[in-house]
Amino acid sequence: MSTYRAPLADMHFVMNELAGLEQVAQLPGFEEAAPDVVAAILEEAAKFATEVLDPLNRPGDVEGARRLDDGGVRTPAGFKQAYEQFCANGWNGLAKTPEFGGQGLPHLVSTAVEEMWHSSNLAFDLCPLLTQGAIEAIDLVGSPEQKQLYLPKLISGEWTGTMNLTEPQAGSDLAAVRTRAVRQPDGSYRLAGTKIFITYGEHDYTANIVHLVLARTPDAPEGVRGISLFIVPKFIVGADGSPGERNDVQCTSIENKLGIHASPTCVMTYGEKGGATGYLVGEENRGLEYMFIMMNAARFSVGLEGVGMGERAYQRSVAYARERVQGRAVGLDRASKAGAIIDHPDVRRMLMTIRAHVEGTRVVAYVTAAALDNARRHPDPAARRSHQAFADLMIPIVKGHSTEVAQEVVSLGLQVHGGMGYIEETGAAQYLRDARITTIYEGTTGIQANDLVGRKTVRDGGAAARAVIGEIEKTAAHLTGSADASLHPVGAALSEAAVALEDAVAWVLKSSASHARAVHAGAAHYLRMWGLAASGWQLGRAALAASRKLAADEGDAAFMRAKIGTARFFAATLLPQVAALGRTLMHGGETALEVPAEQL
Amino acid sequence: MKILVPVKRVIDYNVKVRVKPDGSGVDTANVKMSMNPFDEIAVEEAVRLREKGAAAEIVAVSCGAAACQETLRTALALGADRAILVESDADLQPLAVAKLLAAVVAREQPQLVILGKQAIDDDSNQVGQMLAALLDWPQATFASKVEVSGGTLVVKREVDGGLETVEMALPAVVTADLRLNEPRYATLPNIMKAKKKPLDTLKPDALGVDVTPRTVTLSVAEPPKRKGGGLVADVKELVAKLRNEAKVLS
Repeated sequence: MSTYRAPLADMHFVMNELAGLEQVAQLPGFEEAAPDVVAAILEEAAKFATEVLDPLNRPGDVEGARRLDDGGVRTPAGFKQAYEQFCANGWNGLAKTPEFGGQGLPHLVSTAVEEMWHSSNLAFDLCPLLTQGAIEAIDLVGSPEQKQLYLPKLISGEWTGTMNLTEPQAGSDLAAVRTRAVRQPDGSYRLAGTKIFITYGEHDYTANIVHLVLARTPDAPEGVRGISLFIVPKFIVGADGSPGERNDVQCTSIENKLGIHASPTCVMTYGEKGGATGYLVGEENRGLEYMFIMMNAARFSVGLEGVGMGERAYQRSVAYARERVQGRAVGLDRASKAGAIIDHPDVRRMLMTIRAHVEGTRVVAYVTAAALDNARRHPDPAARRSHQAFADLMIPIVKGHSTEVAQEVVSLGLQVHGGMGYIEETGAAQYLRDARITTIYEGTTGIQANDLVGRKTVRDGGAAARAVIGEIEKTAAHLTGSADASLHPVGAALSEAAVALEDAVAWVLKSSASHARAVHAGAAHYLRMWGLAASGWQLGRAALAASRKLAADEGDAAFMRAKIGTARFFAATLLPQVAALGRTLMHGGETALEVPAEQL
Repeated sequence: MKILVPVKRVIDYNVKVRVKPDGSGVDTANVKMSMNPFDEIAVEEAVRLREKGAAAEIVAVSCGAAACQETLRTALALGADRAILVESDADLQPLAVAKLLAAVVAREQPQLVILGKQAIDDDSNQVGQMLAALLDWPQATFASKVEVSGGTLVVKREVDGGLETVEMALPAVVTADLRLNEPRYATLPNIMKAKKKPLDTLKPDALGVDVTPRTVTLSVAEPPKRKGGGLVADVKELVAKLRNEAKVLS
């Protein structure tokens, strides 16, 4: 068995050397995020993840959440206590506004902490994550009264929040939402309809649940501009903040899923007894617009889930490979003795592939988090804009690429275990099942790829994309010009990837109108090109930083050498895919569409 | 009542300790350090006594390098009110630490000192006892339950034969055993507040204590690696091996 240990050394290295924690801590409002305080926070979060959340992960998977006959939902043994402890220790309010009881820490810090929750117990963490979505929505567009009534209790965790978007006929296409909301004389609304895939829509953690629901008013225009956002509390909240009458919203069933079994995925039925009482958030017909503002944060979080799941799979497979004795490793002078499989070259390839993807996507995510902090708090408006442009470009890459490579990573992690990996008791299979959802919810990989092509590349004529490619080229030049010759191949591979990416951007810009279908048929390849190039870029920066540290005799030399080794592996084995994917993008799209639909 | 809680910065209990190649000691470079787990129990006990109303102030104290500040911040995050670092880069041995703590006690005048029964790095199990002797205070070591009523202290001690209950007058020294309590997690707001709590630094010279080591470490070695086992043909051979090789039979 392996116990999750937060990769604190790597987290600190990434935050301090690559994501600029020191600079982020100087932004207005973030002064409390001094490196020593951040270190203490990470330390304590790591303890909680290891000692409380990780031990519940597998029992939660086995037991699963259960719907009771009375419509309630029972979470697996230990989860409620863990949730109460999680909230009592203040973790729920980490990055939330101090005005309503949060600690107001930077996104960069919450990113490292959230990664630990994702690694140790994804099914548990989804509840605070969805509450975060509800908090952001109310904070963004709620009235002062709504903020006062709901935010303190959502931030402390006394209540939880949900996001009710999906309906059976409205998945990726939210314009098809049918839930009705009718205005009442007192200003409230009556809601009726069915929502599906509602994470923690019902549970036994708290006395109240605050549902945020997308619905249509009777006179709303058709399509995306006719959807409004409502607060529908499970128990109607009195003016004094206490939960009162039970609202007309029920969990009518929970889904039987591939993974994240401890997280109840609910079908929520509104208005079976005449209508659920709801309160408009912001203005009518602007619900989807609000959702899109929040979407960045939600997609980022799911991308980080990919990193967290990958890290957990890495730790488990390394632990297994060290222990499992099987066969003689080829080429090692060890007489005739069987050795641990970690010495087998192919196992090493798998472990390094996992490590390189996880470390690469981690840096990309943390650097993006720092950009989001700067986009929000930098005193210079021009700097805010450029950080926002960078983050906007990176979000579909963080979400789409980190979760897609997480599938490869958890699968390789299982493969390292051989036959034992296929056995549930081993524990490796759970990550494969749990991670599978991450490429689907909060916008599938296809949606991310379309976003990257349409909104993030074509809309600004490739400006943000080319700015990043320029940065990649600069890093490549630093690497090839480095006094440390071991970095030169990393620079060369990165430079090749940058050229391929530049060609791809030019092709997408040129073809997006004339060959729209072919471009979109290749969009997932375009996304992967970006994901690999971004990881390679950041691992290249990591190698440069590690090389500087080694030269200055600072820090842990073995750690620094492993950083350089990981970058070299990534450059040699994964970066070459970028150029090949460029050809796939430019020539593959048409062929995906050649065979007529009726022949499929 | 004021409680003084001495805490030591040690190699984290999860770290696989390595001996330096020259055998001069244990490698602590780039190794994760944290508060001695028994001291964490001592801090927790002090916080619980304050929560019960039996104590008014908790002062954490650590003797060692500047990095011990981190350990003191941990104690502050767990609930200590303020902290004192007795800063010294010297190799502080148990007697020196006990003398430094006695000097801090003279300045702070606490009614109770609670510390871990031993530190997990050197396993000396001496500081609490030496401190009580230097102060001429009563001591209760290996505590698994502590109760304060008025001016007296009732302590349940873990002894070889079971549990021993002792009663003593304050001021006193108590050393914490594993089962005294289960330390809480520091809450996020308290971690952030810890930074703002007072932390004073003193030097051994200012306390008039000579911290020169009294013992010399000759060498440090890792335990011998386990050698592979062997099959014995019969009981006779086993007995012979036990007698001649293992020398556990005579």
